Amino acid sequence: MSLQFNNEQMTEFKSLAARYPEGKQKSALLPVLHLAQDSFGGWLPTEAMDYVAGLLKIEPIEVYEVATFYSMYNLKPVGKFVFEVCQTGPCMISGSENIIAYIQKQLDIKPGETTKDGLFTLKLVECLGACGYAPMMQVGKIYREHLTKDKVDAIIAEYRMQVVAQN
Amino acid sequence: MGVKLLLEKANVPGIRTYDVYRREGGYAAAEKALKEMSIEAIVEEVKKSGLRGRGGAGFPAGMKWSFIAKPEGVPRHLVCNADESEPGTFKDRYLMEFLPHLLLEGLLISSFALGSNDTYIYIRGEYAWVATILEEAIVEATKNGWLGKNILGTGFDCMIHVHRGAGAYICGEETALIESLEGKRGNPRIKPPFPAIQGLWMRPTVVNNVETLAAIVPIIKMGGEEYAKIGVGRSTGTKLISACGNINKPGVYEIDMTISVEDFIYSDEYCGGIAGGKKLKACIPGGSSVPILPANLLLKTAKGETRYMNYESLSDGGFATGSMMGSGGFIILDEDQCIVKNTLTLARFYRHESCGQCSPCREGTGWMEKILQKIELGKGEMSDIDLLWDIQRKIEGNTICPLGDAAAWPVAAAIRHFRDEFEWHINNRTLSQTSNFGLQHYADPIHVPA
Repeated sequence: MSLQFNNEQMTEFKSLAARYPEGKQKSALLPVLHLAQDSFGGWLPTEAMDYVAGLLKIEPIEVYEVATFYSMYNLKPVGKFVFEVCQTGPCMISGSENIIAYIQKQLDIKPGETTKDGLFTLKLVECLGACGYAPMMQVGKIYREHLTKDKVDAIIAEYRMQVVAQN
Repeated sequence: MGVKLLLEKANVPGIRTYDVYRREGGYAAAEKALKEMSIEAIVEEVKKSGLRGRGGAGFPAGMKWSFIAKPEGVPRHLVCNADESEPGTFKDRYLMEFLPHLLLEGLLISSFALGSNDTYIYIRGEYAWVATILEEAIVEATKNGWLGKNILGTGFDCMIHVHRGAGAYICGEETALIESLEGKRGNPRIKPPFPAIQGLWMRPTVVNNVETLAAIVPIIKMGGEEYAKIGVGRSTGTKLISACGNINKPGVYEIDMTISVEDFIYSDEYCGGIAGGKKLKACIPGGSSVPILPANLLLKTAKGETRYMNYESLSDGGFATGSMMGSGGFIILDEDQCIVKNTLTLARFYRHESCGQCSPCREGTGWMEKILQKIELGKGEMSDIDLLWDIQRKIEGNTICPLGDAAAWPVAAAIRHFRDEFEWHINNRTLSQTSNFGLQHYADPIHVPA
């Protein structure tokens, strides 16, 4: 099997599994799937889900049914930066539609698509609990709030710079 | 300035860290509870406080605690519901982000009272950085002897574990949360058995909201009777309100439940009025699932009395003319907002979040979204309004968990109070695509301070 946690990820896996009593390791499934997604390129190929099933000693189907239920697990490859823009009521009345349209224009992609260079994916999501700081989006593990067109431009530029700096 | 019991120290620099929290009097309530009080005495104080669940249902917390079964040799668990996902609600995030030790202290006292040696915080997956803050606080608390084995020499062992969800509103429902914590899909369980008898891993379990558990700290500190003196009637203590939408100062506010809705919206201490000097059109006062109210019914009850920010006053008049305190997610809509569109986004939300177990909810939420979409796009028929009404009625009360009700209520209330706006959309298919119904029907009773 090619997909495997490295030593550091394995240590993290063990610490997650240790949070639940003996014999109840299946409880670690959600946190471990987060770890797998972070470790294996931002999404969960079948191979990754099978690997997690093996680690937790459960059937692969038990992993698939969970991975397909929760919205945070990506079952298809995504860009390096995923813009998850909230479109629910409080964000909508605070102008999220304009922000969504602007991101589409700037990145030249529709919701659900990834830019050709593989950098950005746009996802429309439901309430992320940041209604007082709307409009907003989640990128990776952080929230970008009080979005304006200028702020969107700055955020896109910031991530492009990050990639240039890494290369 | 109202009484502050939870957020009093939120602005103290460094309060997120153990040292500052402790220096500011933190963990004194835990010390008092564990060293000086019996389990029965703690539960009694919580009962006396009149504290009601702050997640949305408002069920008396002390009573919920007293239901927990205590079979010999079976471990019991306390689970903190931090799966805050009701649109308009972001108060628990604020509390955890800025005062993580307050929550841990509340959890420690509550775990002691309930006999939970392994306590879980189920936090919504998107709050990843908040989960990290909590984990760091747990490490600090453990290092200082507040968690772990034989806490304060009492013989009580307690560990708090953070468990991240993965994006599912339904997991805020306590039995779905328990399923999710067991590593399964978030499908609510049929009750009974209730979690207090068979919950997490079929063991007796209490699930409480973040704010409820944090409130245990001031209750122990000041005593249940003193706590109950704050507020009015059965709305005791303080409540966190997360205010958002078209207001000047969105944010999280702690109120003592004696303030009027009007003062809350217009005073500078709280929302600071409607943004851009516009007029207030409507409000969803307790998170997206509670009935929306037009401005006139929001500020005054149907009897013409001032409406206050508390459980009883907000629900005065029932669903016909009132709403609910709910989770405290306070959403304000100004004169430029379209009720049809707002209702559509909420219907889409509930369709997306339905777990799919019960047919009325799985099918009905989809139908409501489609019909609302049709009206919003200028393709609606007059009969669609009655069809929407019919569908929401068939969902309400016909599902095993409250998500069905939560999906039905916003649609019902929008039609109940804004039927003419729906009709206007249908009668003005082209115009409704470029302009708004506005305030023409209910602008009159709205008072706008100079």
